[in-house]
This record gives sequence, structure tokens and C-alpha cells, in this order.
Amino acid sequence: MNNGRTGLEIPGTSIFDGDLARKGYALNRMCFSFNSGDNRAEFQRDEGAYCRKYGLNEAQTAAIRTRDVLGLLAAGGNVYYLAKFAGILGLDVQDLGAAQTGMTKDAFKAMLVAAGR
Amino acid sequence: MAHIVGGIATSHVPAIGRAIAGHLQQDPYWKPFFDGFPPAQAWLDKVRPDVAVVFYNDHGLNFFLDKMPTFAVGAAPQYVNADEGWGIPTLPPFAGELDLSWHLINALVAREFDVTTCQEMLVDHAVTLPLKLLWPEDGPCPMRIVPVCINTVQYPLPSATRCYKLGQAVGEAIAAWKSDARVLVIGSGGLSHQLDGQRAGFINKDFDLAFMESLINDPKWVTQYSNEELVEKAGTQGVELLMWLAARAALPGAVRKVHANYHIPISNTAAGLMVMESGA
Repeated sequence: MNNGRTGLEIPGTSIFDGDLARKGYALNRMCFSFNSGDNRAEFQRDEGAYCRKYGLNEAQTAAIRTRDVLGLLAAGGNVYYLAKFAGILGLDVQDLGAAQTGMTKDAFKAMLVAAGR
Repeated sequence: MAHIVGGIATSHVPAIGRAIAGHLQQDPYWKPFFDGFPPAQAWLDKVRPDVAVVFYNDHGLNFFLDKMPTFAVGAAPQYVNADEGWGIPTLPPFAGELDLSWHLINALVAREFDVTTCQEMLVDHAVTLPLKLLWPEDGPCPMRIVPVCINTVQYPLPSATRCYKLGQAVGEAIAAWKSDARVLVIGSGGLSHQLDGQRAGFINKDFDLAFMESLINDPKWVTQYSNEELVEKAGTQGVELLMWLAARAALPGAVRKVHANYHIPISNTAAGLMVMESGA
């Protein structure tokens, strides 16, 4: 498939191209809905029903249920939208970073600080 | 004709909004970031802009993947800030500058930039926070604004070369606008950061500093890179540096650095600030 990409592979990094945008549309659409506080509350009342309402597939629903950040990315999630899901869980971007790198949050934050030296 | 007073490029992160709402500006974590802004505010007091053109990237507040413009220009009488999903207090609406909006839209399409026009446009932290950092007083922002959104969400993104040309076209259109307005150009985004993937937390200080310096001495330097190369060097969201590039390209001729600040980290991001003025 011609996805408009140059083919550069970057370790630990995915490029949100048309392939992922197609794959993740329902998941991202659900996360986009979380801009609204009413929708966030509806999700929290019954997560499964809310995932069904937005037509998430099995992998997407499972990744939502298990709070699997890398799984959500693999299922086509885009981080700008996933960040709104993280907000519902009370997680900040250091929590997400720790979850994706397998580090503790403190170690992840220390890595950020070290990048400034 | 309108006068471009200069440009300011800065990083944006939602957590800045939370820090402002919580009055954490002098907290040890935030101080090195917020302390960068008083010199920029003092420069603004001197050059007295009354309109700001803001290059920014939307984060899924106004635009979703159902309709994703590569370039979008605001043409709204006012721009409303709204909840982006985290319940951070919103800022008051920002006044638009409709004459400049339509002047830019006409000029850009004539130059073959086929922009999307938005008579309604919610603005997220990428627009609101730079304005709040530069005009921190309570109440509505004193600037009239024209937001120009560049897609950094869904690939293909416009290339650095294309964003440079967009900035140039915007700058030339501002200079040709029949108005006595004093116009500031803002670029909101970057610098290096990556929120997603096993490489989350990636920051590249050497690249950021080289990029900042290049805007003064060799503004097309970064256009040698494809967007994927920019992701490799600056992180998945570091590609937002395209906003800085467009803002720089809008400034006529050579520029001098009035002020700069660079601090790692705020949130997961290398935070840069640079004030530029035409006439080296």
C-alpha cells in the first residue's frame, strides 16, 4: 500500500499515517468525545456500553479495559485523542510515559530531567 | 500598510494551563519556564502590537479525523476556548480580526495555498496558552487574533519547506494589508518531545538549540529534513516545530534575537521561547 511515507523506521515510534487513521477511527472518535464532561461521565458509568456505542473492535475494547497504552497505539489510537482517555483515569503524560517504557514514574521523570543536562 | 513588529515562538503544554490556574509560576518546577516570559512581555510593551497571527496545531478540540485540513485559517469574530478533556479552567474568548482573516485567506489562495476557512473555531491550549503567557493579566486578552492551524495529527503533514513558504506568504500578505495595525506573529509548538511509544520521553537538546539558532542565522536549515526525519530528531510531537518555522518565515528579511529561553522539562517537553525582530 502506498501510505505516503518515506520508509524511515524509528525505533519505539509509530507514525500516525493513513493506515493507522483507518484502523483507529472508532477508538479515536470515542476518545474525541471525551472533550465533553457529560460524555466522560457516561463512559465512567458503563465503559463497555460506551465502547459498543462507538463501535470499537475487540482489540480496542480490550486495550481500553486493561489501560494498555501500547495496545491502544497498536489498535490505531492517536496520542492526541488518547490523552483525553488518560485524563479520565487521572493519568498525566508522565504516567503514560512510564507505562509505555516500563519505567517507574520517578525513573521516567528523572530521565526527562537528565535530558536537560 | 500594516506593520509586522516581530515574532515570538514558544512551546505549549496543557499542564501550563493547570500551573497558571494553580498559581504555580514561582514553584521550583515551573519557575525556570515562567521566568522566561517577563523579557518577552517587556518587549511587547515596547513594540505595542494590536493584532496577533498565531500558527498552531490543534490537538483534537476543533478538528477531528473526520475532516482534517492541512492548513486552516480562522475567520471568526471570536474564538472560544473549551474543555479539552481534562476539565482545566478555560480562558475567556479571544477577539478575532476579520479583515485580516479574509485578507489572508484571499492572499493565500491566490498564492496556491488552498486553505480551509473557519467562521467558527474552538481554540485549544496551543492558541490560548502563549497568549496568556505573554499577556498574563486577568480578563480578556488585549490582542485581536487570526489563528492559522497546521495539521500535525495525521500524516502526511505538510513539509517543512511548505510550512516555510506558507509563513512567507502570510508575512507578505500582512505587509500588504491596508491597515495601520501593528501585527505580531506567534509560532506555538515543540520543541523536542515524544508522548507515545516505547521511545516516549525522548528529548534532543542539541537539535533544539541548533534549530533555535538556525532561525536567526539560517532560517531554511530545517527544511533539509523530511517530517519523518524531524520525528527521528525531535520526537513525534517535536515536529510541532513547524509552527516556529512558519512564524519565522513570516518575518521580512534578516532577524535578530531579542530574547530566548530554553528549559527541560516541562511535562514531557523541552520548552523553548524566542523573541525575534526584523532588521539584524
